[in-house]
Amino acid sequence: MKPVPFDYYRPGTLAEAADVLAALREDAAVLAGGLSLGPMLNLRLARPRAIVDITRIPGADGIEVRGGTVTTGALLTQADALASPEIAREVPLLRLALPWLGHFQTRNRGTVGGSVAHADPSAEIPLCLVTLDGTVVLRSRRRERRIAAREFFVGALATARAPDELVVALEWPRAPADAGHAFEEVAQRRGDFAIAAAACRVRLTPDGRIAEAAVGIGGVEPRPICVDTRPLLDCPAGNADAIADFAALTVKSLAPMEDHVARAEYRRALAQALIARVLKTAIASARKHSEGGG
Amino acid sequence: MKPYLRAGERRRIELTVNGRRRVGYAEPRTLLCDFLRHELQLYGVHVGCEHGVCGACTILMQGRAVRSCTQYAVQAEGADITTVEGLAEGATLNALQRAFTRNHALQCGYCTPGILMSATQFLAQNPNPTEAEVRDMLSGHICRCTGYASIVKAVLEAAGAAAEKGV
Repeated sequence: MKPVPFDYYRPGTLAEAADVLAALREDAAVLAGGLSLGPMLNLRLARPRAIVDITRIPGADGIEVRGGTVTTGALLTQADALASPEIAREVPLLRLALPWLGHFQTRNRGTVGGSVAHADPSAEIPLCLVTLDGTVVLRSRRRERRIAAREFFVGALATARAPDELVVALEWPRAPADAGHAFEEVAQRRGDFAIAAAACRVRLTPDGRIAEAAVGIGGVEPRPICVDTRPLLDCPAGNADAIADFAALTVKSLAPMEDHVARAEYRRALAQALIARVLKTAIASARKHSEGGG
Repeated sequence: MKPYLRAGERRRIELTVNGRRRVGYAEPRTLLCDFLRHELQLYGVHVGCEHGVCGACTILMQGRAVRSCTQYAVQAEGADITTVEGLAEGATLNALQRAFTRNHALQCGYCTPGILMSATQFLAQNPNPTEAEVRDMLSGHICRCTGYASIVKAVLEAAGAAAEKGV
């Protein structure tokens, strides 16, 4: 199918884009790479009166490392993020997740900001941002504001973004040198939406106990979530039984979605397997860092 | 701020396709794939699923393989695009196309133009791919005839031929 007729806006700056959104609010849809909005328009699931094409705004596709934060512009393509040495070094979890995201032909045009603004429950970038406790930067004509990713995603395709706001950047905490990371997902075929996905960052004490652990789950509940990892703290990292028990206990409190692809109990079972798997892989990667002397 | 182009209004779109300057007309909702086919008569751009999944409409834009069904012609003003029509040198198929012919990497041919465009960027970036890398690249395309094995073989053969020639 083809989209409904719409007015096409092409702002040249973020300020102009914010002006258009302030005037049109819910009537406008923001178009970046078009990998999510494009299909919704063609299928007429979205019928906006106006499209605001932000792809020609200069300077919104950068990667900036400053202090303890890596800032990625909303228009950074997923392909450029995947190829970036800064992302590989400073946000290794994102680097591990990106190959799972669609296909190289879609990553060539899809943006990191677009994935976050769209907020598909199974999307990889939102899951990483939530797991790492990153921040979404929003801009409107009124103000610029920063909101924790853990509060930004409120449900399936639903976020805390107001109709006059634009996602302009994402802020990622720089990974500590001794942290280990892992990302895993299960989909029907390579590049499809995840039925369940898990992301993990761990740090170990010098004597091999878990000092810090962040575990996120995507595709299971309507938004990406972080699970409570307190039961893992101080647990010997090599204790596979403790990790298996933790995964089993954690998924009991999940409220998985049910759809034509998977039943709720299948999603719960996948989450359990994936939590154990990412913890094991992240711990092995953290050990390698400590053996490597940093 | 006024719209750049109002709903239903047609605008003259100028861009470079296969090395030539081309001009056509589009309204805001005209998909880039439809513009290339109906305005510029580039019927090698195939339209399949229209939601970015099947890969039939894949073209090169600024050298990158992208879907042309999830973007609009008006967005492509000034762009540099290559379609499957731009691959052959005159009447002579290029090395990748010849490898497809030799290995029976197509049957109905619906998915082929998109796959050729993906493989073009893929091989330019990664001249010596492994079979697993070729299969990962192909995961962005759907072919219902071949079972993919012959396509994998053709892409690997094209890579090998380029390596031997030192290209």
